Amino acid sequence: MTNDSLIQSISSLLPEAQIKMGFEYVEAFIPVDKLHDFMLQMKNNPEMAFDYLICLTGADFPDHLQVIYHLESTSHNHVIVIKVKTIGRENPSVDSVSDIWPTADPHENEAFDLLGIKFNNHPEPRRLFLDDTWGYPLRKDYQDDVHIVSR
Amino acid sequence: MAEYKEVYLTSDEIKTDDYLVNMGPQHPSTHGVLRLLVKLEGEKVLNVQPHIGYIHSGIEKMTESLTYIQIPHLTDRMDYLAAHMNNEAVSLCVEKALQVEVPERAKYIRTIFDELQRIASHQLWWCAFGMDMGALTTFFYGLRDREDILDIFEETCGARLTLNYSIPGGVMFDIHPNFQRDVKAFIKKFRAKLPEYERLLTGNVIFRERTKGVGILSKEEAIAYGVTGPSGRASGFSCDIRKKQPYSAYPYVKFNEIMGTDGDTFTRYHLRILEMFESMDIIEQLIDNIPEGDYAVKMKGVTKLPEGEYYQRVETGRGEFGVYVISDGKKNPYRMKFRSPGFSNLFAINNIAKGWKIADLVAIMGTFDLVIPDIDR
Amino acid sequence: MKEKIGKDYPIIESHEGGSIITTKLDDLLNWARSNSLWPLTFGTRCCAIEFMAVGASRHDFSRFGMEVARATPRQADMIVISGSINYKMAPVLKRLYDQMADPKYVMAMGACAISGGPFYYNSYSIVKGADHVIPVDVYIPGCPPRPEAFLFGLMQLQKKIRHERYFSAKKVKK
Repeated sequence: MTNDSLIQSISSLLPEAQIKMGFEYVEAFIPVDKLHDFMLQMKNNPEMAFDYLICLTGADFPDHLQVIYHLESTSHNHVIVIKVKTIGRENPSVDSVSDIWPTADPHENEAFDLLGIKFNNHPEPRRLFLDDTWGYPLRKDYQDDVHIVSR
Repeated sequence: MAEYKEVYLTSDEIKTDDYLVNMGPQHPSTHGVLRLLVKLEGEKVLNVQPHIGYIHSGIEKMTESLTYIQIPHLTDRMDYLAAHMNNEAVSLCVEKALQVEVPERAKYIRTIFDELQRIASHQLWWCAFGMDMGALTTFFYGLRDREDILDIFEETCGARLTLNYSIPGGVMFDIHPNFQRDVKAFIKKFRAKLPEYERLLTGNVIFRERTKGVGILSKEEAIAYGVTGPSGRASGFSCDIRKKQPYSAYPYVKFNEIMGTDGDTFTRYHLRILEMFESMDIIEQLIDNIPEGDYAVKMKGVTKLPEGEYYQRVETGRGEFGVYVISDGKKNPYRMKFRSPGFSNLFAINNIAKGWKIADLVAIMGTFDLVIPDIDR
Repeated sequence: MKEKIGKDYPIIESHEGGSIITTKLDDLLNWARSNSLWPLTFGTRCCAIEFMAVGASRHDFSRFGMEVARATPRQADMIVISGSINYKMAPVLKRLYDQMADPKYVMAMGACAISGGPFYYNSYSIVKGADHVIPVDVYIPGCPPRPEAFLFGLMQLQKKIRHERYFSAKKVKK
């Protein structure tokens, strides 16, 4: 499917989605409460058939956190970038997609470890890299005077 | 005197408990500081839970205070067996964002280095895999031939392992005058040596018994778990980025994406041997046709990427490596994420190793070619 | 007679500089120890690959007696810290070091193990030098060091071992 037809079919699937053309791939912002149903459709809809989750990551912005999903379809060879904004930065939570793509399980744990995004219904929530006592180092307001020598 | 009474237990009445074994963080077959919490029933593996982070160095946080020219040298230290591919991924991402066209000569040199690095990476994997299976000879065979490639690297860019050769805009130096001669000599030599590898392991009866039909990963599972690279292709998942989204000089060469169907340990092993042959074919197509001209375009000392998000995928020795940059128009990236192949591959092991013996777990891990700093970043 | 020999030609009892037998015993021990250093297979980062390359066909550290890489710390004489150590790994490294039998030696290979190297600035999880965790005998600079540099470091360690004294140690005057 080409990028234009991807934009059309997503806007018909979920009218609330804010879709724009990124540098290379289509980028779609999805409301946080509709994420899981939408992702299920993305995988099971035969026109989309996004069966390979390339990369799941998070990013910190001044008033919210983002979770970014890069999806690819191995049958149609198209790529899409799905994004979801959390509500606020204090207690961000997003529905887990690890039941749709098993590879999301460690990736979500990594996002939880480094950014503090909680994933609802995750089968095995734990911190991957750091101890439980650490802060969330990829947040922009992370401060650590003991361990970091900054230049 | 107390009376003795003989008690006979049937096999149903004997009860065993599951027990947990820590493999690592200091264990020779984990190829680094990986810790696997293995749940066993006798020798049978019930569950494998990877615990990582013993070499986590916060590279993603560090990139936020570095400029785009400084970042490639850090990616060397992530997947050190595919250092040049990692450099190239960052370089390609920056070039794509700035819409810089790299000279043809640089593209050819990068691709030749890619393939040399892939051969070196597979050679080292072959040594380590042989050692995991108890064959020490592979260690000496593989590293002996690897030294020839390292000599070629050293001649051109001065480093043996952490090359830092590909920079945004091209490559750092021009190739050494002897480069073409040496690469051709290496290929001639290694073409004769590679069948020795096959004779040593592939045809070995003990080796085949231990690997054939062991640790099967189906195609659907490979896609679902995001297992890429030779491990994914052995299951029939067509995931070669060189074919899917060709970069550098890959559009100019003809090569086959080597695919397996069985998805067992032996297929994953043999596919890498075949890939080494294929890599030599690619180099032979390019080595005589390196175009004359500049090896790099002149870039500014401080490069500012336009606001936006960029994603670049390359194929390393282990699978798909991705660089994801969010730029806010400053000289440092706002957020940089490295999608490392080993991270996804590692977490598929639990699914594969369930039900096999603990000795098979070592063989299965060996064929996944794990590089731990690549997983931990 | 006995007293006279002991007084003029000291053979057995130790004194400043050591007597003939004790110094010769030391020499014998040091010769044996310095030429059969068994390393622990411990590798964390890129330097581990160079460490393997030194052990392989071309460079071959068994020429210097450092032959058998042991997988358990109880059988190893020395540990080569090849790569960075982070705060999660530091207790494990300490434990490995404690499990090794005396006499034990430590080599810090590469910039990461010496000072944190490329991860010194702005990294939140790397220990800024392995000598914050365990004592280090020989530092080998490089990122990663060349095999020749490693062999030179190995020879420096052997030199250090050859000057050790066990029997003929100087008496400390109180």
